[in-house]
Amino acid sequence: MLAELSVSLWRGGKEGRYETYRVPQRASQTVLDVVTFVQRHIDPTLSYRFACRVGVCGSCAMTVNGKPRWTCRTHVAKVAGSGRLEIGPLENLPVIKDLTTDMQPFFEKWQKAQGVFAPSKTRHEEIEQIRPDSAARRLADAAIECINCGVCYAACDTVRWNEDYFGPAALTRAWTLVNDERDAGGTARLQAVAGAGGCHSCHSHQSCQELCPQALNPTAAIAGLKRRTTAAYLKGEIKA
Amino acid sequence: MTMRLYVWQRATAALMAPLVLVHIAVIFYATHNGMTAADILSRTHGSIMWASYYGLFVAAASIHAAIGVRNVLTEWSPLADRRAGSFAVGFGLLLVALGARAVFALVLS
Repeated sequence: MLAELSVSLWRGGKEGRYETYRVPQRASQTVLDVVTFVQRHIDPTLSYRFACRVGVCGSCAMTVNGKPRWTCRTHVAKVAGSGRLEIGPLENLPVIKDLTTDMQPFFEKWQKAQGVFAPSKTRHEEIEQIRPDSAARRLADAAIECINCGVCYAACDTVRWNEDYFGPAALTRAWTLVNDERDAGGTARLQAVAGAGGCHSCHSHQSCQELCPQALNPTAAIAGLKRRTTAAYLKGEIKA
Repeated sequence: MTMRLYVWQRATAALMAPLVLVHIAVIFYATHNGMTAADILSRTHGSIMWASYYGLFVAAASIHAAIGVRNVLTEWSPLADRRAGSFAVGFGLLLVALGARAVFALVLS
C-alpha cells in the first residue's frame, strides 16, 4: 500500500482551480475520510457537505476521478489505484464553494415532476391494504430507496444539455408515485412528466443506472413513464 | 421533447422499420439479378404501389428526421426552441421535396 495519496481538490466557486494535497493512506479509507483529513489537518477553510457517513442521508456526493459518487461509501482503494484522487463538486449543479453545490435546482425539479405524495384518503378512513407482491407495488418498491444524493443528476448527459430536463431522480420518484395505489395525483403527474423537460427528453444513455449508489435503475423508471404517458395521451387522458 | 413530438417520432420509426427491411430486400433482389437502372425503372414506371410505398417512406423519414434534428438543435445549439422548431420544419420540407423528386423520377419518368 502507498504511504501517501496525492489528492487534488476543487477550490473556489464556479471559477476556481484544483489544489493538490498529500494525505496519508490508510486501510479501509473512504473518499470522505480523505476530504475530512484535509479540512481537519491541512486547510480548515475547505467546504464540503456530509451528515450521516453511512450512505443514508445522500448529502456527500462529489465528483471523484471524473465520476459522481457517494464519497462516504466509496473506498479509496476502489477508485484510486494509482494513488491519485481528483475530487470536485457535482456536475450540473451550481457550485457554492469548493466541493459544495447548490441542490436547489435538483429539488425544484422534484416539485415540477410532482414527486410529492398526493393522499387519496383522510386520516378518518381505514388504511388501505396493499399487497407487497402486487405488480404495482413491486414497481413502486423498485426505486423507493432513492436517497436524493444527486449522483444520477450529475451523471446525466441530458441534464447537461437541456437545463429544463427534470433529471433521473425526479422522474424516478414520479414513477414510484404513479405506481403507488394510494396516491391520487396520477393523471396530473403524468401530465407534468409528459411536458417540456419531462420523461420524453431522456436519451436512455443509462449513466444514471450505472452510477446510482443504491443500484436503482432510473432509466427503466423513465421508460415506464414514457409508456404510461403515451398510453394516457393516446386515450385522451392527458394533453400534448 | 414534447409528448406530441415523441409520439410522432416513435410512430414514424415503427412505420419505417418494415419499410427499411423491404427496401433492403428489394436492393438485394435487384443487384442479385443484375438488373440495370433501365430494368428497374421499367418495372416501377406508372406503379401506384411503388409510388405509395416510397411516398410513405419519404413522409415518415422526413417527419422522423426533422424531429430528431430539432432535438439536436435544442440540446446542442444556442437556438431557442421556437427557432430550432422553425429550422427543423424547413429541414423536413427540404427532405420531402428531395424525396418527392426521387419518387416522381422512379414512377413517372
